[in-house]
Amino acid sequence: MEGRMNYENDLVNLKATELRLGLPGSDEPTEKKMRNNKRSSSEISEESRTSGVTDQAAGVNDEHEESAPPAKAQVVGWPPIRSYRKNCLQAKKNDEVESGSGMYVKVSVDGAPYLRKIDLKVYRSYPQLLKGLENMFKLTIGAYSEREGYNGSDYAPTYEDKDGDWMLVGDVPWE
Amino acid sequence: MSEDDERQESPPSDLEFSSNKARNYNATGSGSGQPEIQSPYSDQVLENVLENVLHFLTSRRDRNAASLVCKSWYRVEALTRSDLFIGNCYAVSPDRATTRFTRVRALHLKGKPRFADFNLMPRDWGAHFNPWVLSMAKAYPWLEKVYLKRMSVTDDDLAMLSESFTGFKELVLVCCDGFGTSGLAIFVSKCRQLRVLDLIESEVVDDETDWISCFPEAESHLESLIFDCVESPINFEALERLVARSPALKKLRLNQHVSIGQLYRLMIRAPQLTHLGTGSFSPSEVAGQGDQELDYVTAFAACKSLVCLSGFREIVPDYLPAMYPVCANLTSLNFSYANITAEQLKPIIRNCHKLQVFWVLDSICDEGLQAVAVTCKELRELRVFPFDAREDSDGPVSEVGLQAISEGCRKLQSILYFCQRMTNAAVIAMSQNCPDLVVFRLCIMGRHRADHVTGEAMDDGFGAIVKNCKKLTRLAVSGLLTDKAFDYIGRYGKLVRTLSVAFAGDSDMGLKYVLEGCPQLQKLEIRDSPFGDAALRSGLHHYYNMRFLWMSSCRLTRQGCQEIANAMPGLVIEVIRSSDEEEMDDSVETLYMYRSLEGPRKDAPKFVTIL
Repeated sequence: MEGRMNYENDLVNLKATELRLGLPGSDEPTEKKMRNNKRSSSEISEESRTSGVTDQAAGVNDEHEESAPPAKAQVVGWPPIRSYRKNCLQAKKNDEVESGSGMYVKVSVDGAPYLRKIDLKVYRSYPQLLKGLENMFKLTIGAYSEREGYNGSDYAPTYEDKDGDWMLVGDVPWE
Repeated sequence: MSEDDERQESPPSDLEFSSNKARNYNATGSGSGQPEIQSPYSDQVLENVLENVLHFLTSRRDRNAASLVCKSWYRVEALTRSDLFIGNCYAVSPDRATTRFTRVRALHLKGKPRFADFNLMPRDWGAHFNPWVLSMAKAYPWLEKVYLKRMSVTDDDLAMLSESFTGFKELVLVCCDGFGTSGLAIFVSKCRQLRVLDLIESEVVDDETDWISCFPEAESHLESLIFDCVESPINFEALERLVARSPALKKLRLNQHVSIGQLYRLMIRAPQLTHLGTGSFSPSEVAGQGDQELDYVTAFAACKSLVCLSGFREIVPDYLPAMYPVCANLTSLNFSYANITAEQLKPIIRNCHKLQVFWVLDSICDEGLQAVAVTCKELRELRVFPFDAREDSDGPVSEVGLQAISEGCRKLQSILYFCQRMTNAAVIAMSQNCPDLVVFRLCIMGRHRADHVTGEAMDDGFGAIVKNCKKLTRLAVSGLLTDKAFDYIGRYGKLVRTLSVAFAGDSDMGLKYVLEGCPQLQKLEIRDSPFGDAALRSGLHHYYNMRFLWMSSCRLTRQGCQEIANAMPGLVIEVIRSSDEEEMDDSVETLYMYRSLEGPRKDAPKFVTIL
């Protein structure tokens, strides 16, 4: 859903630069559709969640006409499986996925309500990875230095290596 | 007054004489000529009799009824209640509870509503154990057992628990959070009489404390140690020594950091086990451990009392044959973390003739469920969990598996079934084949999904369940459902106590049918359904009889909820926002409403508004 969201944003921006004849507000159908989809979606940004609530008050009656949500859209707490179980089984799925394309790892951030997945193969260096994380979680990580770790923010990226130890991201060469 | 007649017939003659005297006094009232001196004597004798009799009353519903007979019965029942159950920790304050019930030995306390398990409630909502442990430390020095579900428990609480009650024996934490391994360490080190420590589906913070080593070195009284939900590694050598010095140990459930080789070592030390959680059920990753060469079959064969098996967290199916010796005796088998196929299941399940409880992943497919149906004629409870818990995943199980189970397992009482597609026909078949069903929870993971054969809503299927399953008390619905489904539930679901609704219904009428039709309704949890203020109002006559009502992402407004608050002072009405949202407008994202003797709670976080 997030991918699609970005696409729609781009579309709207393109429209803003487009020269065309038409009354203002004729963009509405597209926007309304976006907000309906946001109503119960989770992994999208906070603004969309907020606007989703507004829509409810307006009594948007879309339950049955709602087309099947886009393939990757996930609703908070649905299906009703406890996160503990989901995480355990997710780990097994990771083992299967790793051999194929993409190397997905779980990322959790203190204070964020849910975990995220990123594909490490998409990045070619630590700075790229950190930028990706910063974008995803809307936080700053600060600058890496070999001696002091990460300065300039409350967040430091760490990972668990195969020995089960917690390591600071960036110490070991990227390859 | 049949109860009085019964009492007259059974007790010994001297007691009968006394109670007759007391009854005659009461019947004729004051000023009847009976001397006043006799009355305290009679009352006291009556209360002594009552105390002796009421000790035998264990059911809390019977006790609640007995306490309403008169003040005397109220007093005596309160004195004799040793097991205190509180279904909502905010319905009554700790002090009120300890004042009324002065001789409690066991406390059973529940906190957050169930939908909190699915991230529908922000963290730090409440349900703190702390005020309870403080109050009980003063009131119940002889407390022995504490059972908590969905409560927030801190390390300090655990410390206080271990320090305040010298005879403390049993701690069971289900779906709890807020504590870590260091809290466990303090707890186990100080509880010298500990028999039961069960951590079930709880979140335990890894403080990197070796809590297993903190059990006292002397011979332990441990009968049950369950820690399969603890995600941190444990000191295995210390665990092995602990098991060796716990001759009474019957239940042991290991976490996924225990390899199969380590499991072997524990099993040969504790062949008396009845309940075993097998940990990872895969060889250690450390090379040279020699896990492959151990004789697992013999280890299992030695456990002649084993009836309940679980674990299998990282199962290597090659090791499954080790459990053949115990299959014939198993009454409970939990494969719900084992990603196995039908072919891998069949050799096991075909020997499990006595199986009553079976939890499994849908990786076994309809074919696996058919195999279960062939052999497990004693099955009472089945839970089929999804390996891939997403709306759009492939669905390896379907109506085919459900139909097979209904035909093979006629004694089924409880079912939880996750699937991607279902038909009314299969659900109707189950309602007819399994009349003993008490719990029916069907989760069609794709929202609003219709019967995939007929294209119709799933109304008739669930309608048949409430109509035909006359003992049904718990129901969870899913799939495409119109108001008609709720009409059925209201009309036929007369014993339903717990109802879960998600993405269902057309209008307020749906909720109205249920609130007006189901007199036994206690717990109602609804999400993402088009029910609004008018529907809410239709339950006013019933809310005081319910434990709680949860409605999230429905059509409620602040004003509508405020009306309820004004009309019913005995209810606490919480409007809960997602923690990072500001108060936007009149719409209510989440309503959580419950009866309470205490009024608005003082520990509500700022994202909760109590109307």
